[in-house]
Amino acid sequence: MAAAAANVLIQVENLSLYYGSSKALESINLTLRDKLVTAFIGPSGCGKSTLLRCFNRMNDLIDGVKIEGSIRIGGHDIYARDVDVIELRKRIGMVFQKSNPFPKSIYDNVAYGLRIQGMKSGSSLDEAVEQSLRGAALWDEVKDRLHSSALGLSGGQQQRLCIARAIAVKPEIILMDEPASALDPIATSRIEDLILELKKDFTIVIVTHNMQQAARISDDTAFFYMGELVEFGPTKKIFTNPTQKRTEDYVTGRFG
Amino acid sequence: MERHFEHDLGELKGKLLIMASYAERAVSDAVDALVNRNLELALQVKANDEILDHLEMEIDESAITLLARAPLASDLRLVTVAMKISQNLERAGDEATKIAKRARDLAKEPPLKLTLPWVQMSTLALGLLKAALDAFVNRDSTAARALIPRDKEVNALHKEIQQRLIAHMKENADNIARCLHFLVAAKSLERIADHATNIAEEVVYLCEAADIRHADKV
Repeated sequence: MAAAAANVLIQVENLSLYYGSSKALESINLTLRDKLVTAFIGPSGCGKSTLLRCFNRMNDLIDGVKIEGSIRIGGHDIYARDVDVIELRKRIGMVFQKSNPFPKSIYDNVAYGLRIQGMKSGSSLDEAVEQSLRGAALWDEVKDRLHSSALGLSGGQQQRLCIARAIAVKPEIILMDEPASALDPIATSRIEDLILELKKDFTIVIVTHNMQQAARISDDTAFFYMGELVEFGPTKKIFTNPTQKRTEDYVTGRFG
Repeated sequence: MERHFEHDLGELKGKLLIMASYAERAVSDAVDALVNRNLELALQVKANDEILDHLEMEIDESAITLLARAPLASDLRLVTVAMKISQNLERAGDEATKIAKRARDLAKEPPLKLTLPWVQMSTLALGLLKAALDAFVNRDSTAARALIPRDKEVNALHKEIQQRLIAHMKENADNIARCLHFLVAAKSLERIADHATNIAEEVVYLCEAADIRHADKV
């Protein structure tokens, strides 16, 4: 199931996850490569978002979740006892389906994480905010209204603002849970171009229901079904010639 | 409930099969007209070429409509392969027309006193075309792979016809015009076998997602 052994950043081994007594993930083994885009696809309820949320331990916040197996990021088990979850989440940013800017100014949204990290107002904060907004391909659209409310931005702009906020603290990994599913084709295309730019500096894992989106932007694709990893491999292979019949049936829309 | 996509994909396949039967018929009639000096049949092949041209455009249009719906995996392979097969069939039809034109001109001249392996070569070339199309219908990549090396046999017969015509021309300068017609017809038949081989390669891609074109040169 492993892609190329080189540049492994995230290694998932025999990972099972239970919500109470129901098993949501079944012995997942998966290696994700550094500075590449990996797409998670599969029908609703297949476990792809659950797995995504394991990478920054978001599932810890849900009562009754039990996890077995291990996830190593850069060789370190992120479920080890001594792991500081806050530190972990600094290394792993997340962007959600519904953009969730804080009800603050554009500037303050991006500066938020940096201020928590102790950065004081001043020219270096201004610079970091500008750099993040440029990195999220939003700078030109907002540079003249940095201090107006983020809630006044369009849906696509809000989503790019959330990406700017995520990259401001320089994480290693960005998790994206259907980041463009609520956006129109133009805004979607901007987000997709942005993802392709971001992979120069970040490792990206994206959950998407849009097969063509996965085909356009990801290097590797994992197909999940009912909590199992059915197939994992180079995106080109998954979408032109999948090995498993269940994958073929799903990507051609012949499922069930 | 049948999916609309599946239905439209079925229609595309149907059009391709109709086109295949026209192309096979064109090749077989053209060779028949050449060998049996049948002027009427030659003219008919020429007239029917329009049908193939039209089918090629229809198949492209259907394929583009299907591609706009962004098919994946085996559906994606089928649609792209259909476009390539139809192009090869259209070109095979063009070659059949070239043979038919030479047959038309030769039918107006006295026969050449030279026996050439036309039947052998045309049986082989047409056989390859049929086998390639059968492999497509049956999605049989083993059969497709098996027919590809047989193109060499066609090439050998083409060379033989070429050499014998050249030798004949050296001895009979008066027959050069007619020999040139036969040379062109032989070349066209050889090209038809190449198109059959191309189709077989597409069938292998359709079944296995393996690109085996130019495998001997890479």
